[in-house]
This record gives sequence, C-alpha cells and structure tokens, in this order.
Amino acid sequence: MIDKMDQVFVLLQHWLVSFLPANLQAFAAVLLSVIVIVLLFPALFALTTVFERKGLGRIQNRLGPNRVGPFGFFQPVADGIKSLTKEDIVPSSANAPVHFLAPIVLVVAVFMGFAVLPMGRNMVLVDMDAGLLFYFAMGASTEVSVFMAGWSSRNKYSLLGAMRAVAQMISYEVVLLLSSVSVVMIAGSLSLPKIVEAQNQYTWGLPHWYIFTPWGLAGFVMYAIAATAETNRSPFDLPEGESELVAGYHTEYSGFKFALFFLGEYLAMFSISGLGTTLFLGGWSAPFSALTWIPSWIWFFSKLMLSIFVFIWMRGTLPRLRQDQLMNFAWKFVLPFTLLNLMVTALWRFMGEGWERWVVCTAILGVVWVVMGRIEMRSEHFGPRSYRYAE
Amino acid sequence: MSVVFYLVAALTIAGGLAAVLLKNLVHAALAVTVAFLGLALLFLSLDAQFAGFAQILVYIGAVAILIVFAILLTRGSDLPKDGVFSRTWLIGLAIAAAVFSVLGWAVLRSGPVLPNQSAVPTVTVHDIGVALVRRYVLPLEIVALLLTAATIGAVIVAMHEKGGSQ
Repeated sequence: MIDKMDQVFVLLQHWLVSFLPANLQAFAAVLLSVIVIVLLFPALFALTTVFERKGLGRIQNRLGPNRVGPFGFFQPVADGIKSLTKEDIVPSSANAPVHFLAPIVLVVAVFMGFAVLPMGRNMVLVDMDAGLLFYFAMGASTEVSVFMAGWSSRNKYSLLGAMRAVAQMISYEVVLLLSSVSVVMIAGSLSLPKIVEAQNQYTWGLPHWYIFTPWGLAGFVMYAIAATAETNRSPFDLPEGESELVAGYHTEYSGFKFALFFLGEYLAMFSISGLGTTLFLGGWSAPFSALTWIPSWIWFFSKLMLSIFVFIWMRGTLPRLRQDQLMNFAWKFVLPFTLLNLMVTALWRFMGEGWERWVVCTAILGVVWVVMGRIEMRSEHFGPRSYRYAE
Repeated sequence: MSVVFYLVAALTIAGGLAAVLLKNLVHAALAVTVAFLGLALLFLSLDAQFAGFAQILVYIGAVAILIVFAILLTRGSDLPKDGVFSRTWLIGLAIAAAVFSVLGWAVLRSGPVLPNQSAVPTVTVHDIGVALVRRYVLPLEIVALLLTAATIGAVIVAMHEKGGSQ
C-alpha cells in the first residue's frame, strides 16, 4: 500500500498508456508526463501568486487580495481573464518579430529545465546522464530571451533593465554552477536521480543530505544567494526596480505576453528551488527514516513550497540592493567563498571517514567567512545617508 | 534519424545564412544564436550529450551574450547607412570556401583510414571527466592558466589609471 501510494503517478501513467498499441506506448508515456508538467507548474504558479500577495500583505500589515472567491483564492482566475482579454500593445517603433519571440523563448527555456528534475522516486521525465549540465544549459538560454525583450522594445528603460538583468544573471550564474560542482564532486555524477539516491541514506534515523555537512551548508547558502539573483527576486530585483526603471525589460509588454513573463519568472523560481532541493536538501527523500512511509513526491513538493515561502519572506523583509553593491557582493564575496568551498569539498573527499574532516572543514569555512566579512565591511561606514543631488 | 538530421541541418544553415545576410546587427547576433542551437542539436542527435550541452551553455549562454554586449556597448544598434557588408566580402568568401573544402576533403578522406567500428561507442560524461583529469590533465591546466592570464590582462586593461603619475 505504501509503495503503491509512493508510485501512484507512475502506476497511473502505466495504466493509461496500456490502452494504446505497443508501438505508441513509449511516445504516449513521454507526452503524458510533459502534459502533466505543463499543467501542474502553471497551476502551482497561480496558487503561489495568491500566497505571495497574501503573505506580503501580512508582512506589510495589510489584508492582501480578499474579494474574488473565498479569502481571495480565485484572484489568479480573475488575473488570467484580465490578461487574456487585455489589448496586446506593441510599440510602433518596436522590433516586432523579436518582441513577439522573447516571451516564448523564455517560457520554453524555463519549462525545459523541469525535464530533468526528479519529483519523486522514479518520477523524472528524462533520466539524463548529464542532467545537471542540461539544466544549466537551459538556464543560460533564458538570458538571451531577456536581452531580446529589452532590446526589441526600443525603450531605454527596457534596455537598461535588460542589461542589468543579463549582467546580474551572468555574474551569479558562475556562483550557481560552482556551488553545484561541489555536490557533483561528492556524488560523483551529473545525473540528478543519482544525486538524490546518494543522499537517500540514514544514520541513526537522520538523512545524509548534503546540507548537513560543512561544505554542503556553505554551498547551499551560496546557491540560495545565486538562485535569488538568477531569478531576479528581491533583494536582487534591480532589473525591474519600479522606482527607476518602470518595470525593466518587460515595460513594453502588455496582456498575455506580460503574463508569460510573469509565468516565466515564477517557473524559474520553482525550477531553481527544485534543483536546490535535489542538490542539497535530499530531493524526494524523507527528513527522518521514520517518515519514509510518506510518498516521495509529497516530500519533494513540500521542500519546493518551503523554498518558495522563503523567497516570499525575503521579498517582504529585505530592501533592494544597489547595482554596485550587487556586483561587489558577487565578485568579491560570493565567488571567492564558493571557490574556497570547492577546495574544502575536495579536502572533505580526500580526508576520508571520521570526525577530523568535520572539525577541519568547519574551521576553515567559519574562519574565512568571518575574516572575509570583517575585511570587506571595514571600508563601509554606517551612518546617516548622504545624498549628492537630492538634498 | 535522417529526418531529424535534415531538419536540424536546415535550421543551422538558415541561422548561419541569416547571420551573414541580415542588415541589422542584433538580428544577425540572434541568428548566430540559432545556428549555435542547431549545432548543439546536431551534437545531441549524435548522442554526444556533453558536447551538446556545453555548446548551449558556452555559446548561447556566454558567447552570444558577449557578442550582443559588444554590439550595444560599441556603436549602438543603429545600422550604418551604407549597410554592414565589408567591401572585401569576395576575398572572405574565397577564404571561407577554401577552408570548407580543406575540411570537407579531410573528413571525406578520413573515413577509410579509421578502423571500421561496427558498434557505436558509448561515451558517458563520467568517461569524459575521467579522461580530462587523468590523461589530459596537463592541457586542461595549461588552458586554465591561459584563461586566468587573459582575465587578469582584461582587468588591467579595464582598470582606471589612478593619478596619471606615469
């Protein structure tokens, strides 16, 4: 029974496919999984927008949406109808073909990333040998679409927003890749299901998740910072800084094309949270060996939604960074620390089993964290803010 | 296999041709991106996952963006009145044709020389990684050193000259 619940979607897929002739079955199985992914994550997106707006409302001491349906839960339906029926305005000086293609390229590239995420035991669309590489290749393609949107709008705010976004995404993509490399070094595979399998072991009822090791914790913190920047979420949401850029690269998009950008942003958030879950938080494995009877897909999606909650929480809490702070933070703190973490991971790998490696690795990372922070904050002076032009 | 190959080949060639023929520089850059994507798909259809994904990651994620940044930061996306074609395009065409014919000749001649492999070898990413850090570790390290030197050089070129004392 427990096994049946764990594999319920896999069994359902097999059952549905078995009605078809044998030569169509493989194709139908893939098609079915694709349809489920394409339907499930936008539904999750709709749900998340309500939670985000209500959560932000709570953080900011107001009510949030509460008019459409019970507790405002049908708000995304109203939003969807609105964006579908809104006039699609393309600026007359815009570069029409590129302007049209940009949101499509974005959404397609983001959807591709879900293909390699293991969402439960045996629940991965393509078990690729180089799954992690595939994921990052798709993530890199979104930068092109952001540039296409900003450039084709022929609007200086759009172009500035796009340049900011691309510069930010390139800077933090390095960190994202390097912090994942340490996981690959320990797991010894680029295949995401294999990485989850490597973490799905228990000692004294506690899991072997990589976040519970010194290098894994440091890597996860760096990954989380880079993921926030990569998805242009607050506090790294300068590309769409309303006060200076209107809405960044999607200023000139309206109606459904804007909705596609919105969807793309949230899907990127889901997929990057899913990847972080897979790499550091044990993917679909249960947090205690006593809880393994709960189906694996419930664990995956709980961890995913927990990450989304942290994203929303940070958005409600932290102020936006300035461009120079963003770049300094990426290149002077996050990147060196990630490189150090890579070496510590190698040390961890070669010191072998035992308590020594825990002490040594924790000590190195802790000392460097404190010293680097102290050195870089030395030149910062906190006091009343001074304005050059607006006094 | 063959249908996929012809589709992808058509996409790649169309992207390459568009990159050369389009008047708008940014359009040309985007067309190059399409050609890169086509090449990556060709690698993938040959079951070379590592090469295919590295192609997308490096060429679409980095090189295309670099080209676009270079276009926007140097002279804007406005096109010159007399078009973007160089006057020496005929010589360029001749050189390109020569390179292509040499490469094609080499590829066609290499077929009979190689031992006839009946089974397609399965090369996993794991094998590539092992080969990189075992057998080819020296070239890898030399490339790393070269890239580090290039990065430092770029930083020095871009650095502000302070004071102007020299």
